Amino acid sequence: MFYDLYNYWMVIVLMMIGLYIVISRNNLIKKLIGLNIFQTSVFIFYISVGKVDGGTAPIFSSTETLYSNPLPHVLILTAIVVGIATMALALALVVRIKRAYGTVEDAELQELDNRC
Amino acid sequence: MLNHLPILQVIVPLLAAPACLLLNKPRLSWLFACFAAVISLLISGALLYQVQQSGVISYMLGGWDAPWGIEYRIDLLSAYVLLIVSAIGTVVLLAANTSIRQEIDEDKQSVFYVLYLLCMAGLLGIVATGDIFNVFVFLEISSLATYALVAFGRDRRALLAAYQYLILGTIGATFLLLGIGLLYSLTGTLNMQDLAERLPVASESATVYTAFAFMIVGVCLKLALFPLHLWLPNTYTYAPSIVTAFLAATATKVAIYLLIRLYFSVFGADFSALPIQPIFIGLGLVSVFVASTVAIKQPNIKRLFAYSSVAQIGYMIIGIGIGSSLGLQATLLHLFNHALMKGALFLALAAVVYRIGSAERSGFNGLAKQMPWTMAAIVVAGLSLIGVPLTVGFVSKWYLVLASFQSGLWPVALLIVIGSLLSIYYVWALVESAYFGKAAMPSNVSSSSAANLSPIKEAPLSLLIPIWILVLANVYFGIDTRLPLEASATAANFLMGGGS
Amino acid sequence: MLLVITAIAIARVVDLFAAVMLSGIYGLLSASFFVAMDAVDVAFTEAAVGAGIFPLLMLMVLGVTGRYEKLEANLKKPAVVKKVAMLMLMLLTGGLLIFGTIDMPAFGSADAPAQQHVNIRYIEQSPEEIGIPNMVTSVLASYRGYDTLGEVLVIFTAAMGVLALFSSQLFSPSKPSMQVEQGGMRDHHVLRIVSKILIPLILLFAFYVQFHGEYGPGGGFQAGVIFAAGIILYTMLYGLNKAMEVIKPSVLRILCAFGVFIYGSTGVVSMLSGGNFLDYSVLASDPIIGQHLGILVIELGVGITIAAGMILIFFAFSHQAESQLGEG
Repeated sequence: MFYDLYNYWMVIVLMMIGLYIVISRNNLIKKLIGLNIFQTSVFIFYISVGKVDGGTAPIFSSTETLYSNPLPHVLILTAIVVGIATMALALALVVRIKRAYGTVEDAELQELDNRC
Repeated sequence: MLNHLPILQVIVPLLAAPACLLLNKPRLSWLFACFAAVISLLISGALLYQVQQSGVISYMLGGWDAPWGIEYRIDLLSAYVLLIVSAIGTVVLLAANTSIRQEIDEDKQSVFYVLYLLCMAGLLGIVATGDIFNVFVFLEISSLATYALVAFGRDRRALLAAYQYLILGTIGATFLLLGIGLLYSLTGTLNMQDLAERLPVASESATVYTAFAFMIVGVCLKLALFPLHLWLPNTYTYAPSIVTAFLAATATKVAIYLLIRLYFSVFGADFSALPIQPIFIGLGLVSVFVASTVAIKQPNIKRLFAYSSVAQIGYMIIGIGIGSSLGLQATLLHLFNHALMKGALFLALAAVVYRIGSAERSGFNGLAKQMPWTMAAIVVAGLSLIGVPLTVGFVSKWYLVLASFQSGLWPVALLIVIGSLLSIYYVWALVESAYFGKAAMPSNVSSSSAANLSPIKEAPLSLLIPIWILVLANVYFGIDTRLPLEASATAANFLMGGGS
Repeated sequence: MLLVITAIAIARVVDLFAAVMLSGIYGLLSASFFVAMDAVDVAFTEAAVGAGIFPLLMLMVLGVTGRYEKLEANLKKPAVVKKVAMLMLMLLTGGLLIFGTIDMPAFGSADAPAQQHVNIRYIEQSPEEIGIPNMVTSVLASYRGYDTLGEVLVIFTAAMGVLALFSSQLFSPSKPSMQVEQGGMRDHHVLRIVSKILIPLILLFAFYVQFHGEYGPGGGFQAGVIFAAGIILYTMLYGLNKAMEVIKPSVLRILCAFGVFIYGSTGVVSMLSGGNFLDYSVLASDPIIGQHLGILVIELGVGITIAAGMILIFFAFSHQAESQLGEG
């Protein structure tokens, strides 16, 4: 059983690290890096679901009969694109925040807002 | 062409968005966007009619059959929500030109309409699709567009609000994605209908519970249910007024739709092992009370109504939690009604912001004399929010109370009524200052902004007409309740019947 | 396992520059993991995005915002309660997940439901139904083509969002006062010459990937990213202004929308010729040729939008970074 689920548990560990960075760090950029880890861990989860022991990449050839599942690959291709799009937008926001406030530390931002 | 309506519903605004970008003249873009929105409104009307006549419409994208390809599946519930979203989207867009010209720089206005259309198309796509991964994709289209739209706000806090919303929204979406992955690993399918059929086999499994939990938490982040509502007040307060009106009236509604869809259609609502219904009712009630209490103290009226939105979402969740067909019907009614009243309220606030430059409470003193029509709109929509008879708000609250009595939950009914009293308090305070408060002296006005030196006038017609369309709809559907009642009753029965 | 170590290192490190580098490594590691899991297309993309575009954008932003994060201790915040609450949340979510995995089908087993249901048709019939060997491309472009349209629109939305956030000064010719033109890599003659040879190759490779997607790993998205990478390299060597002279942002904007149009109109055309939206089989008299044609055209649309969108986002960021340097 341990071996059966080993991959999934690694995913969970990665996920928790990512989530931890997102909610515990003050720096807005660090939060985004954490978010990236968080998202990637879910990608790894999907790809693990699609793996078949002894299978090969799902590109048809006359010598192979066992392939890994192509559907999770497709979904994750889409999800990666969504992820990078989100990141681009988030980073743009961070740059604007830096411009407007002069800092990217969450706690300092809160203080600045409470003052005015 | 008629059998292509389900897909046209979504791709008309979707493909109109890049076209809008090519026009690159704010006014032209606006006209074009309005044109696309009106078409999609007509389509949604036609769809509702079709569904009522001939039942569920299923449309296979790419011509592949359902579990292999992506299916668009329009039942009564989705047709009903599609109509709400496209109707509100269109009316708000009609008002957008005037307000946006003032709140957003000239060179960014085209992009604004592009994003607006994308957001609307994303929301429509979530509702129309019958494929659970497709939901995720369209959720992200609408969310990304929303983050950018919020960041258009004048105040620099809008940026921070957008950032926070982005982080929470992405966590929510990733949770949803994880839930989808778990379900897929159990069933091997992504089609909702197919999932529902294959899940009962696996329903004893811990994985299903986990998937359920993650998806529900993910969606609840999006719909700002009580402990997860933190992003909403800031977002609504600092976004441009038009965006607030649109989001308040549509985005949370679509999230509620998604919750209902997942809960009843996909999972089949048979989680007897989990106390999910009491949790919904409890969270809903806490939502109503905490948010209403916080709302009372808010100096910024936009923020006040943002908290009030959190409270109203609470009512809808209670309706789901009650778990009877009548409760669900109350939720669906409130979905429709809340969209009408919050649309009207936030548009009216947009008019106020247009004239006096902010939505601070102090600015409302004596405003009824200067902007009688706008304030009258706020009063009517406010009455509807409280739930006074002859407005739509009454109908849905009435059904909610009825549903809780029917299920023997009379304390819940009592608490709902008390919750409504709280909303009387905050609406009244606003009305009082507008009608009986002293108008600000000209000297005070000049201190706020140089542009306000001239006396405050009534809002321009281009804003007033959309506002009053919504206000009249509030009253009309409060008196002639047939359309939403019938649609919601059938949809609720259908869901409960299909679920059990 | 390496992934976990890297992730922990990222969590610990205070230097954001190092964190970005580590997340680049993380991206590369996960890409190699995907290869091990037979997901070559995904690995290709993850390598380009996770180890390429993402760290690049991050670095440009760091140029604007500063390199080090401030430790919580410096901010004098009583964080103990917060920390305990967070730990509880972590344990709760993690525990729930582990609980959830218990009933999951074992990793790699060929008779798990995920491998049994929808998947079978993709594997057994797609070579005949679509006529191309790469099943990922078949599923991506045809069976689930509508998701891919959504994906293209996500990039389009993000590009629009970034444009909206950075006001459109990008479209006005920038002032000559920027002194950064002289610095950095632009003085390295060797680099310039090497890259002069490399850039056309990269662009050529992009086209290869674009049209090879039916047979091997690759396709519109990967090609778009590679093409964008070529242009980005050019920009880094010759400066933003020069690059913007070669490819005008306003043209990019049109291209970005144009790619979506190509995709969308493929759907509309198939609708007009009697099929459903995005049903390529009706595009030609022979369904398989129709599928071929449809996939070719939509991949082109994907490639155009992705490349234009990525370059646009990159231009917007580096414009910000440069004007920041100009001010400071």
